[in-house]
Parts: sequence; C-alpha cells; structure tokens
Amino acid sequence: MTNALRKDVAFAALADPTRRQVFERLADGPRAVGELAEGLPVSRPAVSQHLKVLKEAGLVIDRPEGARRVYQIDPQGLGQIRAWLDRFWDAALAAFAAEAERPDDDADETGEDAPR
Amino acid sequence: MTTRTIQPATVKKTLVVKASQAKCFKVFTDGIDRWWPKTHTVGETPLKRAVIEPREGGRWYGVSEAGVEDPWGDVLAWQPPARLVLAWRINGRFKPDAAVHTEVEVVFVDLGDGTTRVEFEHRGLENLGEGGDAARAAMDGGWSLILGQFQTAAEEP
Repeated sequence: MTNALRKDVAFAALADPTRRQVFERLADGPRAVGELAEGLPVSRPAVSQHLKVLKEAGLVIDRPEGARRVYQIDPQGLGQIRAWLDRFWDAALAAFAAEAERPDDDADETGEDAPR
Repeated sequence: MTTRTIQPATVKKTLVVKASQAKCFKVFTDGIDRWWPKTHTVGETPLKRAVIEPREGGRWYGVSEAGVEDPWGDVLAWQPPARLVLAWRINGRFKPDAAVHTEVEVVFVDLGDGTTRVEFEHRGLENLGEGGDAARAAMDGGWSLILGQFQTAAEEP
C-alpha cells in the first residue's frame, strides 16, 4: 500500500466513534479483545471487527499472548498523517522564505505591499 | 475511566531567513497570498487568494477561483513582529471542519544581523482524526507529485 493510500485508510478507520473509542482505550496500554469490550456498548465480535479495521489501517498491531491475542497501538499509524503535514510545511515554508528574501520592488523594510 | 490522548509528535521547523523580523512577520501574514501553495486547495475550485485577518480572533481563509470562502481557522495570538498563533481547522481530507482544533505557532526571532530565525510548529495533530468529516479518504497520491513540482519552482533562483 502506498503511504498516501495508507493515510487515507487511517483517517477512514478513525471516523467511526466506537472504533475511535476502541483505539483510545488502547492508548492506555495493550489489551485483549475481552478487556476492550468491557464497558463498551457493543458486543465482543463487534470489537473484534473494529480491531480488524484498525489493524488493516495500520493503526494497531497484535500479537499472541498465550491463548489470547493482545492488541496495541502501532506508533507508526498516526505517523503517516504527521509525515504528510511535515512535507507540506517544508514546501510551504520554503516558499515563504523565498518570498521574504525577495528584494522589494520599491522597497522598504516593513515590506509594504508592492504592486503585483 | 481515564482516556489518554494519542499524541503524534508536533511538526517543528526552524529556518533562518535573510530578511528583517518585521518583514518576515509581514510576509507571513499580510503577504501569505504571495507564498502559500496554490497547487491544492480545500475548496472545490482552485485557490485564488489566501488571507489572514490581522488581529486576534481574525479569520484565516482561502478564496477559490469561484469566489467561495473556505474557512481554514482563526488567529489565536497576534503579536507582531514576534509571534503568531493560528488555529488550523482543516481535517484529514483537507476540508474545513470547525470541530478540528490544531495549532500553528510561528515565532520570529531577530538575529540582529538582518536575518530572522523562524521557529515553526504545528501541534495538536492527534485532533486530526476527529471531527465528523475528518476521516474519510484524504489527499490522493498526486499530492506528493504536486508538492515536488512546487518545491522545485520555489527553489528556483
């Protein structure tokens, strides 16, 4: 999956409020499905389904622990979104610097609007 | 139950610009239209103009070729020529979304030799996953291509 597509999927995965709740619970630490389902207004299979979507979106990872499967946040997931913004600002600030350094036409230091 | 927020690292950038502090602040705000990438926009039609209203509480918005205003956020702190804080209320699909609250802070430090250090940060990125509309498919893969072209153009002498 390309990075851009993966990011799209991550956003989509977090759109659902219940799924976001599941995700936020994992912020407290790794959990098994049963623990995650406690206190949530959805069934355990529903939680499993949400975890599957989160996993496919690259937001959580899982590992077997004895007979059960433990889920945790993949720190790289939200990182995809951040990486995009990081690149965007690099480009925007480079353009800003070029503009600030451009000699003014009839120039004064405060950069009063020159005709353009 | 306590909920802990997931915190993607703040985006931070530092650059030294060969221009005075006053000019840097002015170009960043009043002159935003002269440098903000127009290659992509939150509106339905291409971006024509970008605006930061020069006061605390002022609006930060884009105007499309069709004349439609798209709210991007607002001015949280206006301290010329040293500091600017903007709310960035644009979700992951690059659509305006008042429910999204992330912050862009720009500090301009006068280095005393006619140059200015610009300390930039975009924080609160964990909030990008929120907001009703925030989450569906975001930017397409074309973005990186567009940005690449933009950067090439921006870096031309």
